[in-house]
Amino acid sequence: MSIEIRNIQKRFGEFTALDNVSLTVESGELLALLGPSGCGKTTLLRIIAGLETPDAGQVLFAGKDATHTHVSERQVGFVFQHYALFRHMTVFDNVAFGLTVRPRSVRPGREEVRERVMRLLKLVQLDWLADAYPAQLSGGQRQRIALARSLAVEPKVLLLDEPFGALDAKVRKDLRRWLRSLHNDMHITSVFVTHDQEEALEVSDRVVVMDHGHIEQVGTPDEIYDRPATPFVTQFLGDVNLFHGRVDQGHFTLGDFAQPLAEAPAAGGQAVAFVRPHDLEISRAAEGALAHGVVEHIHAVGPIVRVEVAAESSGKPLEAVLTRERYRELALMLGDRVYVRPTRVSVFPAGDAQDYVI
Amino acid sequence: MSSANPASLRTTTESRPVRYALTALALAFVVLFLVIPLVSVFWEAFSKGWGLYREALVEPEALSAIRLTLLTALIAVPFNVVFGVAAAWAIARFEFRGKSLLTTLIDLPFSVSPVVAGMMYVLLFGINTPVGAWLDANGFKVIFAVPGIVLATVFVTFPFVARELIPLMQAQGADEEQAALVLGASGWQTFRRVTLPNIKWGLLYGVILTNARAMGEFGAVSVVSGHIRGETNTIPLHVEILYNEYNFVGAFASASILALLALVTLAAKTFVEWRMTRQHAAARTRTAEARAAA
Amino acid sequence: MNLISKRHSVLPGFGLAFGVSLFWLGLIVLLPFAALVYTAGGMSWADFVGTVTAERVVASIRLSFGAAAAASVINAVFGFLLAWVLVRYPFPGRRFVDALVDLPFALPTAVAGIALTTLYAPNGWIGRFLEPLGLKVAFTPLGIVVALVFIGLPFVVRTVQPVLEDMEQELEEAATCLGAGRWQIFRRVLFPAVLPALITGATMAFARATGEFGSVIFIAGNIPLVSEIAPLIIISKLDQYDQAGATAVAVVMLAISFLFLFAINALQWWAARRHGAGR
Repeated sequence: MSIEIRNIQKRFGEFTALDNVSLTVESGELLALLGPSGCGKTTLLRIIAGLETPDAGQVLFAGKDATHTHVSERQVGFVFQHYALFRHMTVFDNVAFGLTVRPRSVRPGREEVRERVMRLLKLVQLDWLADAYPAQLSGGQRQRIALARSLAVEPKVLLLDEPFGALDAKVRKDLRRWLRSLHNDMHITSVFVTHDQEEALEVSDRVVVMDHGHIEQVGTPDEIYDRPATPFVTQFLGDVNLFHGRVDQGHFTLGDFAQPLAEAPAAGGQAVAFVRPHDLEISRAAEGALAHGVVEHIHAVGPIVRVEVAAESSGKPLEAVLTRERYRELALMLGDRVYVRPTRVSVFPAGDAQDYVI
Repeated sequence: MSSANPASLRTTTESRPVRYALTALALAFVVLFLVIPLVSVFWEAFSKGWGLYREALVEPEALSAIRLTLLTALIAVPFNVVFGVAAAWAIARFEFRGKSLLTTLIDLPFSVSPVVAGMMYVLLFGINTPVGAWLDANGFKVIFAVPGIVLATVFVTFPFVARELIPLMQAQGADEEQAALVLGASGWQTFRRVTLPNIKWGLLYGVILTNARAMGEFGAVSVVSGHIRGETNTIPLHVEILYNEYNFVGAFASASILALLALVTLAAKTFVEWRMTRQHAAARTRTAEARAAA
Repeated sequence: MNLISKRHSVLPGFGLAFGVSLFWLGLIVLLPFAALVYTAGGMSWADFVGTVTAERVVASIRLSFGAAAAASVINAVFGFLLAWVLVRYPFPGRRFVDALVDLPFALPTAVAGIALTTLYAPNGWIGRFLEPLGLKVAFTPLGIVVALVFIGLPFVVRTVQPVLEDMEQELEEAATCLGAGRWQIFRRVLFPAVLPALITGATMAFARATGEFGSVIFIAGNIPLVSEIAPLIIISKLDQYDQAGATAVAVVMLAISFLFLFAINALQWWAARRHGAGR
């Protein structure tokens, strides 16, 4: 089932959580809402679920207006960040809850409930825990039970609020791959909220990047990473070096450096170039250099080496990531004078970038 | 974000009529069982005018009852502070065998009827018991005298301070005290400069409760007092005597002092609770910040 | 003999603190209990049984526990309601009402006793409305229940309130998403979670009410076999210098109270074990 969000507006007192947000979730896709805390992503998810009412705008489920449908009738599955398992019920009763609260006329029989619950528990690989209480489970197990519980009512839409937020790193990685493969099997329209860009890029079909109550960019993980639409998206997706220069006749220029731009900003003038550390090459030759400076720190971290160069022009540290091989080739030492050259830049007019300068 | 959402805006709450009906029912209960009895005490006390009210409070027997009540509280409260701090220090800071037994025994006075509490002192110090007879022969009266009243009061208030401090000190842990010792503080300095500031609001809370109960205790004191007018009557006992003599203005006048004490107690208690939540919240923020920084 | 073996700790003062605690505990609590046991031990079994099975004594114990049970049921209902409203529904003056809930803890029982008696007497503020209905409260067992409801209210409210406060809103939201209605959420999610606390609070109110004296004595009327409570029997036996008789009644009351204390602890242990302290 597709979800359409039209011009949603939501304020909490003075705080604008969502400012005229529109978005379409295609039927069967797994969509990530990504952004820093306070960007409005959880509010949007709760509005889709019907847990919050928008001040203005519409939510359409499969083309039908559902804005005023009560949450208990929307047939959404919602997995809460802290799982919200019922502590006084066994795992079985938790999963069965959605079936047993149905009106008598449409409530499945005892045997059918049992069968469906056990099928779901098998699906999440926890059928052996049916009689346990939530307090006896690990975080990852609780997460999977919460998921099974929300699936029991055969929701048309599955909504997950920071589904891996409360787990430790190892379990987190396992569980997100598991969720991805589960989605591949079930193809239920799913939306999940996260503040972790790695998680969003790895798991989802499409990513929605949000900030300050509006959508910055919507796209596949590749699009988002390779062609960030705004300075915010560029910076939010990972570490980045900033260079303040100018755009002239389709080129970004800074001192002697000039790089042709495929999609140059329309107007010339002040501009900022963003370069990721692994797109920054270090060399001992001045040719084609964007900046030069002195090597200040070298951190070898496993297969990669992070090198910090104090730029002579601005005095700011630049960060570059090299492979171990390249690092050995260069034979870098602290205090060496080196040149940096970008292999890939994203350029934005200076005004846009100002808010986000680190 | 959702926590900033006031309760009234929750999508998951009862419908308005249900909320209003339940609130009205609860408030009606509060008015019937709490507000009206409280108001009636003052109403009855002043029913015959200010003059009679004042007269009822300045007569010698009333003054003597007030003096005895203050004296009793003045002994019981410091006693409970010393005991409570000592017990909390031992229980919350050390592991020893018999700890849970000690904790249970401290709570024991709460599960004993005040009348039975008073009776136990009569059984121990009464004139026809061995101990009581010996004390009496040496010119020392406990039962039907002030020492008995003080003992019974201490008994019924026994757990208040300890019960407040033990969970508080257990929750705070011994890290700060250990840090103080490592920095070279003596045991006494550690207690005075680290422990005491941390538990002061909890201690004050216990003192407020102890004081209220000490000044208002009726059952236990009634058994050991002997009701000797002008000598062994506390305010509550004085109230009883006047009431039984159909001197309602006098009874309610004395009762109004105790009701006023109750109101002061509630106000002080609310204030201390507010301070404690603030301290608690501040501590929580600090830990959260420390964790975020780590 | 190494009954108290302290595990090593760097903090000083264990000996002093432990010594002070034990000394005062012994003097104030244990010694009087020893006197009770000593006196009870001095009675013959036949005397003991004879005393506690006397008609007046049995009636008074039944009254004390019966009225306490009735009061704690009423308190369970209204205490729960009050805690619910205080936690969940904002209304003007909520903080004032919240503070007022502790009034029965703070108001001396004798004051509550004379105030309630005056109110519920046939010519009192409340009694005059009940009189035409044929409802006599003051000087009847009903009056005792009224006094005990007053005394026990904070126990229920103060044990239920924190549990309701800690209840995550997410639980209700989860239940709503799963299609449950308000009443189903209350019955199947909220109430079961609060139930252990509610039972604990009601049991505490009950235990306090069984031994209550000050607030009851005025309103009860103290008619033998009808409205005479057990603590009053103890006092009248003491007044007649029948210390053994008074002790026998006290021992029965204590035994029943301890049974309930034990039940509370067992319940709390069970609830903690089942639902876990950790989330």
